[in-house]
Amino acid sequence: MTGDLSFRAGLKDVLPTVFGYIGVGLAFGVVAHTAHLSVWLVMLMSLIVYAGSAQFVLASMLMAGSPIGAMVASVFLINARMSLMSMTVAPYLKKESLTQNVLIGSLLTDETFALSMNKLNATKRQLKPAWFHAANLGAYLVWCVATMVGVLIGNMIPDAKTFGLDFAVVAMFIGLLYLQMITDKTRPLLQHLTVAGFVALTMIVLMRFMPGTSAILVATVLGCLFGMVAVKR
Amino acid sequence: MTKYILLTIVLSGLVTWLLRVVPFVLVKTTTLPAAVVRFLSFVPVAILTAIFVESLLVYRPGAWPGINWENLLASLPAVVTAVITKSLLAVVLVGVIAMAVIRLLGWG
Repeated sequence: MTGDLSFRAGLKDVLPTVFGYIGVGLAFGVVAHTAHLSVWLVMLMSLIVYAGSAQFVLASMLMAGSPIGAMVASVFLINARMSLMSMTVAPYLKKESLTQNVLIGSLLTDETFALSMNKLNATKRQLKPAWFHAANLGAYLVWCVATMVGVLIGNMIPDAKTFGLDFAVVAMFIGLLYLQMITDKTRPLLQHLTVAGFVALTMIVLMRFMPGTSAILVATVLGCLFGMVAVKR
Repeated sequence: MTKYILLTIVLSGLVTWLLRVVPFVLVKTTTLPAAVVRFLSFVPVAILTAIFVESLLVYRPGAWPGINWENLLASLPAVVTAVITKSLLAVVLVGVIAMAVIRLLGWG
């Protein structure tokens, strides 16, 4: 990743994540198809909710006819981690207008958040709306199209997993995590690894008691608190 | 039925949007205490690790999590590729190919 913060650079930087969105988006479309959601409802959900794991949960809860309150509460728990990411990015955009902040926040995802954190390491800790909008819009567009295509071809591909495309998103997080640890020079690699190790162990213990999406939120908070105590300034 | 789904989508969207946007408004209008800034500096590595490890585990209510073997196996070449190439695109491509091969061989 270069230090270029233009719109064009944003499109280029978001490219590797596109495979993940396509893989997971197709998979979601197929699930939505089996949950008897129409193409239009799927498109609306992708446009309005725009959150991978929450949409999978919504599809299965809708199919089970769950109460609306329970579904909204689940979405809140699954997406609560987004607040942590927004809070982490926001200080770098504080000097931009409130409108710009709201626009960028509205389309922030795990992926574009992680990209922006990587980008900071190449730009002397700076971010620009043009770059962020490009990354966000690219991701948004690909997600919406992929989920729609998924519903449309849902009856044609019995197993979307065959091609390994669904693993793209995990591979991407592996890449982003590694790059983050080696390029974020604000602290030495060993400190990053210590925090990562603590979070990994915490995840295993937490998932004894709660589903993965909740565990991600709790483990992140505990990991940050651990970092504050264990890592020297 | 459609009304029930639409209402769910709109409310879920609203909740998600607020979770995304409220922190931006807060940060824009106030100054974060130093302790919060330090806390947030650990978020990227912590959250990415949590998301990655979650994909390696299988939640089993009331029991210790199981291991997602195909994800774990496919992660190995992906990690090696990350260390060697430092390229996100290469990691994604190798990861996807590794997963396709693992499923083809029925190792998952």
